[in-house]
Amino acid sequence: MIEALLTLLGFELLGELLRSTLHLPVPGPVAGMLLLTAALVLRHRATGTPANPPAETALDRVSGVLLDHMGLLFVPAGAGIIAEGALLRQEWLPIIAALIGSTVLSLAVTGLVMHHIIRTQAEAAP
Amino acid sequence: MSHSLLALWTPLAPAPLLWLAVTLAAFILARRLQRAAGGTPLVNPVLFAIAIVAALLLTSGTPYKTYFAGAQFINFLLGPATVALAVPLARNLHHVLRTLRGTGLALLAGSLTSIISGISIVWALGGSHSMALSMAPKAVTTPIAMAVSQEIGGIPTLTAAFAIIGGIMAAMMRQHMLRKLNISDWRVHGLAAGVAGSGIAAAQVAPQSKLAAAFAALGIALNGVVTALLLPLLTLFWS
Repeated sequence: MIEALLTLLGFELLGELLRSTLHLPVPGPVAGMLLLTAALVLRHRATGTPANPPAETALDRVSGVLLDHMGLLFVPAGAGIIAEGALLRQEWLPIIAALIGSTVLSLAVTGLVMHHIIRTQAEAAP
Repeated sequence: MSHSLLALWTPLAPAPLLWLAVTLAAFILARRLQRAAGGTPLVNPVLFAIAIVAALLLTSGTPYKTYFAGAQFINFLLGPATVALAVPLARNLHHVLRTLRGTGLALLAGSLTSIISGISIVWALGGSHSMALSMAPKAVTTPIAMAVSQEIGGIPTLTAAFAIIGGIMAAMMRQHMLRKLNISDWRVHGLAAGVAGSGIAAAQVAPQSKLAAAFAALGIALNGVVTALLLPLLTLFWS
């Protein structure tokens, strides 16, 4: 479990270091996530184990705990809304319209594009 | 007597420990509320916990800075949690490779739609520049959205709120909307939930289908990466 924690923090650190030395526009944790994904895939390739091992590793468990309780982690940042009250009152219309409009469009476009490509491929190769 | 009690109490009151405990308690209470309401996505525990904490801060007149001195210990975990998304991503990579073209193009289209429509709607209705930038990454999972918002000159706390509210909206509308468009493939439902509503919408689709859950996890992780790479580049041309 400690090893798994060290893995997550280590890759976050690696991401931050990479970002500051190469001046990447990507947030450090995102760079860390990409590096860890690559490392996991490469390790599966190197050791010849399947990419989706049936056994649960310590990293699976620690990641699972973090991802299952991710909601809690948003609360401190979300409470910061109290400092932005004036801005929210002033711009409530563009905020509400953008939240609804953008979410509807994104759901529809993602769904329609994938639906059509999958269907076309299925028809081309029966 | 009362004076010495006060003297003892005062240095303890702003202690970071108090607000750390309040944050945990608020989240537990919010989760119980959702369970009592039959687990409906309308009673979102994140939203209710934030509302409880915000109400306590406002009524006690506590500045956000004082609160964050304690709550930062929870906030810090967003970093490792973001890195942890690599685990489901690596595990489900074979699903992506099998539907590479469909998943990739849908993801790119959905990601760009969300960014561009978010910025344009705020801008068209007279919102400020920083508001449009705070709205742009709102479909992405909150820790990445906040980091990207900071990167491009938005207000991360606003982005966090938008990401959470946007996620709740996607969770409420996804099933109804895609059925209306005659889409019943669980892979499509999952990906759309992940791309448009990140974690909150994914949590809503997950109990309906395992396959949908895998594609939702994929949508969250890949949309986070695509947005983190694209948005700083897009905003270079718009300033």
